[in-house]
Amino acid sequence: MSEDFPTDFAAPSSGSAPQDGTRRSFMKQAGGLLGLALAPPLLSQAERLTAFSKTVEGVTTLQLKVNGTVRSLQAEPRVSLLDALREYLDLTGTKKGCDHGQCGACTVLVDGRRINSCLSLAVMNQGKEITTIEGLMKGEELHPMQEAFLKHDGFQCGYCTPGQIMSGVACVKEGHATTDDQCREWMSGNLCRCGAYPNIVAAVREVAGKA
Amino acid sequence: MDTAEPSFFETNPKAGSVGQPLSRVDGRDKVTGKARYSAEYNSLPGLVHAVLKTSDVAKGRITGFDTSAALKQPGVLAILTHQNLPKLAKTPNDPEGKKAIGAPMGFLPLTSDQIHYAGQPVAVVVADTLERAQYAAALVRVQVTAEKPLASYEDPQAKLFDPEKVQDGKTPGHTVRGNPQAAFAAAPVQLTHKYDHAINHHNPMEPGSTTAHWEAADRLTVYESTQGVTRTQKALSTMLGLAAEQVRVVTKYIGGGFGCKGSTWPHTILTVQAAKAVGRPVKLALTRQQQFTSMGHREDQTQTLKVGASKDGKLLALIHEKTSTTSLWDNYAEPNSRIINLLYACPAFESSYQLARANVMTSTFTRAPGEAPGSFAIECSMDDLAYQLGIDPLEIRLRNHADKDPTNGKPWSSKSLKQCYARGAELFGWSKRNPKNGQTRDGRLLVGWGMATASYPVHNNQGTARVRLYADGHALVQTGATDLGTGTYTVMTQVAADSLWLTPDKVRFELGDTKLPTAPNSGGSVAAGTVSSSIYMAAQEVWQKLIKLAVKDPKSPLYRAQVAEVMVDNGRLMLKANKSKGEDFAALMKRNEMADVEGNGNGKYGAGYESGLAPGPASSGHQDDQAGHSMHSFGAHFCEVKVDPELGTVRVTRWVSVHAAGRILNAKTARSQIIGGSIFGIGAALMEATSRDPNYARYTNASLADYHIPVNADIPAMTVEFIDEHDPYINAMGVKGIGEISMVGVSAAVANAVFHATGKRVRSLPITPDKILAAKEVQV
Repeated sequence: MSEDFPTDFAAPSSGSAPQDGTRRSFMKQAGGLLGLALAPPLLSQAERLTAFSKTVEGVTTLQLKVNGTVRSLQAEPRVSLLDALREYLDLTGTKKGCDHGQCGACTVLVDGRRINSCLSLAVMNQGKEITTIEGLMKGEELHPMQEAFLKHDGFQCGYCTPGQIMSGVACVKEGHATTDDQCREWMSGNLCRCGAYPNIVAAVREVAGKA
Repeated sequence: MDTAEPSFFETNPKAGSVGQPLSRVDGRDKVTGKARYSAEYNSLPGLVHAVLKTSDVAKGRITGFDTSAALKQPGVLAILTHQNLPKLAKTPNDPEGKKAIGAPMGFLPLTSDQIHYAGQPVAVVVADTLERAQYAAALVRVQVTAEKPLASYEDPQAKLFDPEKVQDGKTPGHTVRGNPQAAFAAAPVQLTHKYDHAINHHNPMEPGSTTAHWEAADRLTVYESTQGVTRTQKALSTMLGLAAEQVRVVTKYIGGGFGCKGSTWPHTILTVQAAKAVGRPVKLALTRQQQFTSMGHREDQTQTLKVGASKDGKLLALIHEKTSTTSLWDNYAEPNSRIINLLYACPAFESSYQLARANVMTSTFTRAPGEAPGSFAIECSMDDLAYQLGIDPLEIRLRNHADKDPTNGKPWSSKSLKQCYARGAELFGWSKRNPKNGQTRDGRLLVGWGMATASYPVHNNQGTARVRLYADGHALVQTGATDLGTGTYTVMTQVAADSLWLTPDKVRFELGDTKLPTAPNSGGSVAAGTVSSSIYMAAQEVWQKLIKLAVKDPKSPLYRAQVAEVMVDNGRLMLKANKSKGEDFAALMKRNEMADVEGNGNGKYGAGYESGLAPGPASSGHQDDQAGHSMHSFGAHFCEVKVDPELGTVRVTRWVSVHAAGRILNAKTARSQIIGGSIFGIGAALMEATSRDPNYARYTNASLADYHIPVNADIPAMTVEFIDEHDPYINAMGVKGIGEISMVGVSAAVANAVFHATGKRVRSLPITPDKILAAKEVQV
């Protein structure tokens, strides 16, 4: 701590993992929401919410199944899925471009569907299959979408690329890459400031053609 | 020209890997998520997070802070404000400090209680997790006495002034060539038009980010999202009062820059200061909202262009005025006049800049600074002239073709603009163009074609590189350059491979670290030419060392030959006069038990190459006129739009760009760069505008939902070609660079196509539907 630094502005330091004393936030844990889906249909919505909800406060242990492996992390319930991946699990392939669901750089697959991981809390994604860019390869073999992006130069700086590739994988699976125009439309949630769009379309369409 | 210097044209008349469409060597890391950007060095011991607290008001004074609630939060380590920020050795707050630092802005936040612009940082909160830092920052209460700010040059209270120089002293505020006023007054055809350009933000996908790690009290490593590690090192070491070598800057990957990462902005030093204060590595990533008020922008500006011409469409006079907003401290304006002065043969020219100070941060270079908005004005006016005189827009440009540089009368080092026009027109089908506007339809949509010329200078620069060739036939090549996504990793691997006669897979190329030889900022299109030449020159030193070794080695077939008599081809050292006499480098090295041989090279780019001057890397843009030739790349864009006449919506439906920029190092990455620059320009043409509230001087659309950049569905298939040029004057590799030219003329090509489609001339960017619906139709 610097001497120029009035002590009343400095708080005691703590370790790098959050060690929480106070509690101020709570929410419904994903376990409750998961239970909700399995609940008997005769219960009312409110009853179901009450019955299966659980309050989570402060730092708790979360379990996320990422790329086929269950990983545990100590985090608060307000941690987004994106920050959980990047800051807690060091899976930095998933990018933060806006943190507001406006750019698509954080696109991951959850139970096979593409989502903006910045708009989803980590705690809500327990028990789900999360796939990130790091999980696309089979061993050392690139996924066909990764190969196609390389071949067609579907990127420049590479920052939007993991999101584009995850979106591309989903786009093909959804059947939304059957024409160039359709592909453009359904890939428009992923911004690319370097302007690789024509090359991205070429890559996604090539994979769609082989699917 | 110093003919003693080797050139790639002579040593490698047949390029091997250079020019080939090699896929990016860093591509695998980028498509697998392994590439680490500056906010992703998570394994640093005890890494914590910093978050900026920024001002909502644009002008005022801070009267106090209430940090009590924030400090009670768990995990909060420090809250830095102007009251407790450790003092810096130098700040940019005075002109001398600004110059020494190389700062883009003559003001550093957190050095006083003054608030000068909305979004100005007023506190830095450090906590053990990002969530805690964000929440604590939200709890910091700042007491401010707010005053009414000035929002722009359009503010009735704004005071316009005539600066002696703009763009940090690089461009004169007033330029006259010939007798422009008299020439305009006497011209049979006179056009006077006003062109508005909205504020644009670079918005790289990776927001500005810094990770600062004090490895010792006097030793700092910074992982920084910057276009130049050396410039960042200079800025930080100067502010901190450290020697340059005590500050290491690392940038292995950068998520786009487009100019905004070309300078060291306040958040970087604030992160460094925060790391010092808490004694732990600190990471700070700007939020997208903060990106709009942290790393500059393209300034709001109005241009007035007077064009005097003869009845057969020959230019007689060009008079250009630009009025724009700058900050309270700096006289920054993009040098729009540069391209207007240069693009066509015209005997008389005048330009003047007017500025008004407002409560905004200093604007900065944005891709094709000056050339992009300047080309909008001149290229729309050329289109007007063509329509007014009934001449084809392409033909009028040919009639005004500048066979030599009109600004100084010098010959061009190379210029293939006519070939670009011809090839572009052929690819586009320009000859089928309907000469009348508003006449072509596709169903209910109006169809229009437009074109524009592009040009960008070769700015004087230089750099250094190191090459180590191993006897087993692989090489390590290093230089402190950066790869913004433009392909530096890949093209330099190709250049090194050819210079050493290896295949690219035998070359390991490293960049982005101040521990490596100094390279210029990646900006102003200088990187490809400068860095490639540095590597080439370093390789030549390797060969010279080996030749000297061979002629002294009794066991070499070249023993006792004169060094000047020996040449190298395909990795083999041989007598020029008798090529059968020689040996392979590996045999020579192994016999002499040399594992490796190292060469260092200094690559000059632009005027310094031809004139022999040795400018420092900081001198980009200076001394461009010192050479015997004028050095520029040229090109042409052709655009088709379809406009909905009821809704005023514009879609770009076809695009052709043909450029001539010296040697193209990689056909694939170069094509991507031209596509990317064109799309950047289409954004500026049709949708990009940051809106600054006239009362509060605050951006009202600082997000990617509200500031629209092109999305995939906005962009059609695009055709890009290059005209091969052999330019021996510009550098050892004959490379001009294509980063900026790809964007120059784009907004005019779109605007001209819109005019052709609708008969509506919109001179205000972006060309949004409301402007099209409100514009008057002019049939020609």
